[in-house]
Amino acid sequence: MARSAILGSSLAKKYWMALTGLFLSVFLIAHLAGNLQLLDMSPEGQLKFNAYAKFMTTFPVVKAVSYLLYFSILFHAFDGILLAFQNRKARPVRYAKENAGANRSWASGNMALLGTLILVFLVIHMKRFWYEMHWGGLGLDADGNKDLYAVVAAAFSELWYVALYVASMAVLAFHLLHGFQSSFQSLGLNHPRYTPIIKSVGVFFGVVVPILFALIPVWMFVNR
Amino acid sequence: MGNMKLTLKIWRQSGPNDKGRMETYPVHDVSEDMSFLEMLDVLNDQLVRKGKDPIAFDHDCREGICGMCSLFINGEAHGPGRGITTCQLHMRKFKDGDTIYVEPWRSTAFPVIKDLATNRSAFDRIQAAGGFVSVNTSGNLVDGNAVPIPKHDADKAFDAATCIGCGACVATCPNGSAMLFTAAKVSQLALLPQGRPEAKRRALAMVEQMDKEGFGNCSNTGACEVECPKGISLEHIARLNREYLAATVTKE
Repeated sequence: MARSAILGSSLAKKYWMALTGLFLSVFLIAHLAGNLQLLDMSPEGQLKFNAYAKFMTTFPVVKAVSYLLYFSILFHAFDGILLAFQNRKARPVRYAKENAGANRSWASGNMALLGTLILVFLVIHMKRFWYEMHWGGLGLDADGNKDLYAVVAAAFSELWYVALYVASMAVLAFHLLHGFQSSFQSLGLNHPRYTPIIKSVGVFFGVVVPILFALIPVWMFVNR
Repeated sequence: MGNMKLTLKIWRQSGPNDKGRMETYPVHDVSEDMSFLEMLDVLNDQLVRKGKDPIAFDHDCREGICGMCSLFINGEAHGPGRGITTCQLHMRKFKDGDTIYVEPWRSTAFPVIKDLATNRSAFDRIQAAGGFVSVNTSGNLVDGNAVPIPKHDADKAFDAATCIGCGACVATCPNGSAMLFTAAKVSQLALLPQGRPEAKRRALAMVEQMDKEGFGNCSNTGACEVECPKGISLEHIARLNREYLAATVTKE
């Protein structure tokens, strides 16, 4: 398991793509659970959210997992870009006419594009919240915690930011629609009995999670 | 002789080093009962009569078995229709007056020899890297039927073995990946007890050769399975993924 286990072969790259992708999918659930607390816009709800944000940035176990998360995001992006470049090189002359719709879903043929858009969103998103929480000059709330809620409320009162967020969740949905079930296939987990279940779960996950994420900025914008 | 008239947009390339270009050819006297290759024969006949260079394209058995015919027709490998090669594609799939695009397989690993003919020997090299069972031929052969094989496994192995190595999977894949071909050639042996002793070495060697040839990476789009004339299933790609993972983790 020397070099070949990391990036040596086309298959090794896909295994890591699948493993990091699945880990990021699990992370989405945890992230969403935290975000849903924002729907409670009462003063107590705001304090509770700030206390939760403090816990998530200071509790050692969460911190340890967060480093694994940063690594997974960067590795998934790097590996994906590497794969995309190799795939381009594998077909130097493009077809004059290609009927892609006849044999594959749009998302499955555009994972690199979708992933790049998500990466751009992540940079904007993390600058706005993650960077501010860690190194920004945040005010304190009544309990003495950093007032991240105020930063979120300010961001979600700007129409362009809400629109960007919702559009990015649509991009994420398409990425997940193919990516979730694809990661199982990459790991060799294909079985006539279980694959249809995995595919159904993937569609449910890919639709419901981004919709719930997108609901929050819309809700906060409407009730600002 | 039929009475269909068509406009063909065909890739012309005089040799491996020529840049190549799409050229337009009108063709007449096409019957809807002709196969696509017979239609190209008619076009070539008309070209030769005018003293022009006929279009080079691969073909051999013309009954869907040999895997020689190729052609990316109107944006699909072996044209519209499922479970067929180009020789089994009939002109009744098209209408009088249609414009049809005809291009060679596009892949770094399948360089164009001339016009629509490509060099697919990369597949032969993948096969030679490990797609076989070493058999002792010194005279003490074991009777094949002495080893019990479940019917289900034998059927699956046979499904994989129906791959004719035409390259439609590579041509169709947006990444130019040869995973369906390699997976079929690994699976047809991995499912049988005779193939198990060399399974690890086979998976490692064939994938290594596949990567070396310059094929792309599998994105599980499933396009290959749709366009494969023999209906080779993505299940075989998953099996190759398992075989390779197990071999990578346990190799010494």
